[in-house]
Amino acid sequence: MTAIDLGIPGLTGVPTTDEKQTARDYKSDQEVRWCPGCGDYIVLNTMQSFLPSLGLKRENIVFVSGIGCSSRFPYYMNTYGMHSIHGRAPAIATGLAVARPDLSVWVVTGDGDALSIGGNHLIHTLRRNVNLKILLFNNRIYGLTKGQYSPTSEEGKVTKSTPLGSLDHPFNPVSLALGAEASFVGRALDSDKAGLTSVLRQAAEHRGSALVEIYQNCPIFNDGAFDVLKDADEAQRRIINVVDGEPIRFGREGEYCVVREGFGLAVAKSADVDASDIVVHDASDLNLSFALSRLSTQDLTHTVTGVFRRADRPTYDDGVRAQVGAAKAAKPADLSKLLHGKDTWTVVG
Amino acid sequence: MSTETRKLDRVVIRFAGDSGDGMQLTGDRFTSEAAAFGNDLATQPNFPAEIRAPQGTLPGVSSFQLHFADYDILTPGDRPDVLVAMNPAALKANVGELPDGGILIVNTDEFSKRNLTKVGYDSNPLEDDSLEKFQVHKIAMATLTIGALEETGLGKKDAERAKNMFALGLLSWMYHRPTEGTERFLREKFAKKPDIAEANVLAFRAGWNYGETTEAFAVTYEVAPAKLNVGTYRQITGNTATAYGIVAAAQLSKLPVVLGTYPITPASDILHELSKHKNFDITTVQAEDEIAGIGIALGASYGGALGVTSTSGPGIALKSETIGLAVMTELPLLVIDVQRGGPSTGLPTKTEQADLLQAMFGRNGESPVPIVAPQSPSDCFDAVVDACRIALKYRTPVLFLSDGAVANGSEPWMIPDVESLPDLTVEFATDPENFQPYSRDPETLARPWAVPGTPGLQHRIGGLEKQDITGNISYDPENHDKMVRLRQAKIDGIEVPDVEVEDPDGNARVLVVGWGSSYGPIGAAARRVRKLGLPVAHAHLRHLNPFPKNLGEVLRKYDKVIVPEMNLGQLALLLRAKYLVDAVSYTKVQGLPFKAEELQDVLADVIKGVSA
Repeated sequence: MTAIDLGIPGLTGVPTTDEKQTARDYKSDQEVRWCPGCGDYIVLNTMQSFLPSLGLKRENIVFVSGIGCSSRFPYYMNTYGMHSIHGRAPAIATGLAVARPDLSVWVVTGDGDALSIGGNHLIHTLRRNVNLKILLFNNRIYGLTKGQYSPTSEEGKVTKSTPLGSLDHPFNPVSLALGAEASFVGRALDSDKAGLTSVLRQAAEHRGSALVEIYQNCPIFNDGAFDVLKDADEAQRRIINVVDGEPIRFGREGEYCVVREGFGLAVAKSADVDASDIVVHDASDLNLSFALSRLSTQDLTHTVTGVFRRADRPTYDDGVRAQVGAAKAAKPADLSKLLHGKDTWTVVG
Repeated sequence: MSTETRKLDRVVIRFAGDSGDGMQLTGDRFTSEAAAFGNDLATQPNFPAEIRAPQGTLPGVSSFQLHFADYDILTPGDRPDVLVAMNPAALKANVGELPDGGILIVNTDEFSKRNLTKVGYDSNPLEDDSLEKFQVHKIAMATLTIGALEETGLGKKDAERAKNMFALGLLSWMYHRPTEGTERFLREKFAKKPDIAEANVLAFRAGWNYGETTEAFAVTYEVAPAKLNVGTYRQITGNTATAYGIVAAAQLSKLPVVLGTYPITPASDILHELSKHKNFDITTVQAEDEIAGIGIALGASYGGALGVTSTSGPGIALKSETIGLAVMTELPLLVIDVQRGGPSTGLPTKTEQADLLQAMFGRNGESPVPIVAPQSPSDCFDAVVDACRIALKYRTPVLFLSDGAVANGSEPWMIPDVESLPDLTVEFATDPENFQPYSRDPETLARPWAVPGTPGLQHRIGGLEKQDITGNISYDPENHDKMVRLRQAKIDGIEVPDVEVEDPDGNARVLVVGWGSSYGPIGAAARRVRKLGLPVAHAHLRHLNPFPKNLGEVLRKYDKVIVPEMNLGQLALLLRAKYLVDAVSYTKVQGLPFKAEELQDVLADVIKGVSA
């Protein structure tokens, strides 16, 4: 195995190929079995179309998932893959990433898998900054268990398990990830192939943990949850797509913008404010990233998409390997010497 | 006055004091001295779960028992011949086990009215006649230590803390121990605080000189070196031996090790030890919880490393689901359970062997896992190497059932010649021609280990039932039945050595069967009853799943089978179920190892019953 520096920090060490790849190369021989109309199909197709552009050797890509509808994802990718257990994919992927610097490791998870049962692993993986790309398919419902509310369901949600409405206050996954010291956080819609591809590419190129929240429609148990964002007119008023280094404007003609308000941010009409008051996105500014995450509302009045945060920070797995490397360089692996230790005595015949 | 020197074949010394008194260190040092002198030895630390229980109280008592002899011994000893009590609590907690005529050395400085009341002494036992059946030496150890350190300029409080070294010095004199090792050790341990190092050395010498000059001790004792097998020895604890076994397995298999773990008593020392040996390509990850620990280990195994996770009983409960995933994905994984008292949090610092059935059956579905148990501290090395052999060869998680007694206990270990250790190298799958993720080696039934990064072998695995050979998801009833049986057959077919029976007289009609850390007390009890003319056979199991192939035949040879365990009869249940033998349980679950003396009585009764 040769480690080739691509000049892309996130993929350093993962071998590349000159062979031309197409989306077809990434399709496995397994029949895709999500419900008709499921948002997961679009994400799968986007991923299969996007990966060839990275030019990596297919055998050096691994998808690890937990449990849930989205977690069937690895079966459909013609790469290595593990469909593991509920909530634990980040832990298993951490072990793999620590052991193998030559792999591009992706975690596929859902709102129940990542934020409920696996919440602990998610926050600690982000905190450690393990070199993993975590795709969080958020459909705001439990699909595989047939329609109970999830940690991202809105308060008052009526489901099978909450006939009188859910009393749980939901997570904002982007705020949570930023609070957990994530070095990369992005968000995209399943239906926005260009936007999703852009965020996926930036995630792949980032060295460290990247959390990508993907709003994904469940046509069976929570159909239309994100419809207001998919209606062309509504989307103009609601979706705030941010680009690092650019002023944050949205609307068909950029007629809306984001300005500072107190310690946070607010939406204003561009015509009503001075151009210099429009906030310029800076993905390295944690406070700004967090304030942007709070602009997104559960009722989708506003939804920020794009890359909230991208910061350079040492990764856990690189650090672990550096320590092992330094120890190996400093001291030969002499088993007999280790077993003897400092104090021995000899019995002679 | 000349002191008489008496020769003894064995001595058991127990140091007891407050948790803050440094009794573990004192015991450790005395052990090293005995080891350096060439005695055979065995140790048993006993300490509270609290880091610092309230000072001077019974729950705060920490002790260290050491048995050393001029012949090969099997246990840390039932009862002390010498008890060193640093305070009233230590006296009260331990004096009940000191036999009549035993030597009692007491630090009188701590016997204030307040301290006596704290542990419920109405009157000072040093002043009434309650200790008259012992040889009592009352010594103001703290005062003497402070006096000895007067010129160092050390504060009274710091000086007083060296009183454990005074006790060590005195005992070292009494038993003619070499002292250079301890002085060197102290100077190294406190290298950064030379004044503290010097104070400890001075206190140690003061204790020695006290013995030599005060004429309080009419007799000193000699225990000659033991006649052990020819070789080079060191002293080792079970947890260290376990860690070294893992390092060895890494070298023998030429694989990197990834230990994913979460701190838990009494297993944490395995993490501490392994984290020092990164130069052997060992990575240690202190995870956010037990589940992440094993997840990381399994992820590393999937990537072609030897994944290891270490914990104690409650941690196994949390890891069960991932062990199940490892069974389903058929990947190598070493799972170490240093058993402690249970259930729940139980007795974290005490020993027990009550996780056998959890190891055997504690997962959903038919989820067979091999089980290996070490029988003594030094045996942890060979046993864990063997557990790794099984994991790597058969691509399976393996449960290694150590326990608090072997983990913290120590004994001399004849250091193996590295060349004599088994070859554990593995072959990864590399050939894309006809590759099938769930095809099997006809001999071992292991599936190929096809790690990511191998061209042409891309495949998907997971916890859903696998189709035979292809590994695709399968809900087919016949296939499930087949796979359940295949996984079981793989474990049942693991090669383990036959169990050896120790029956020197060759005419025993009673067989005592044990497993794990009870080897010492059972072995010692068997020796004792044989000396009484009562023949008994002893078989000790390292492999609990699968059992050795000859076990059924062995069990059926005897009129009576007795199974002592530190649980309510878990091995006995398995033996009865599998072999239909009328195995009789002897059980005790006190958080402490068996005593040879009690097992001697039990065995003698059974043997006499059979003969009658």
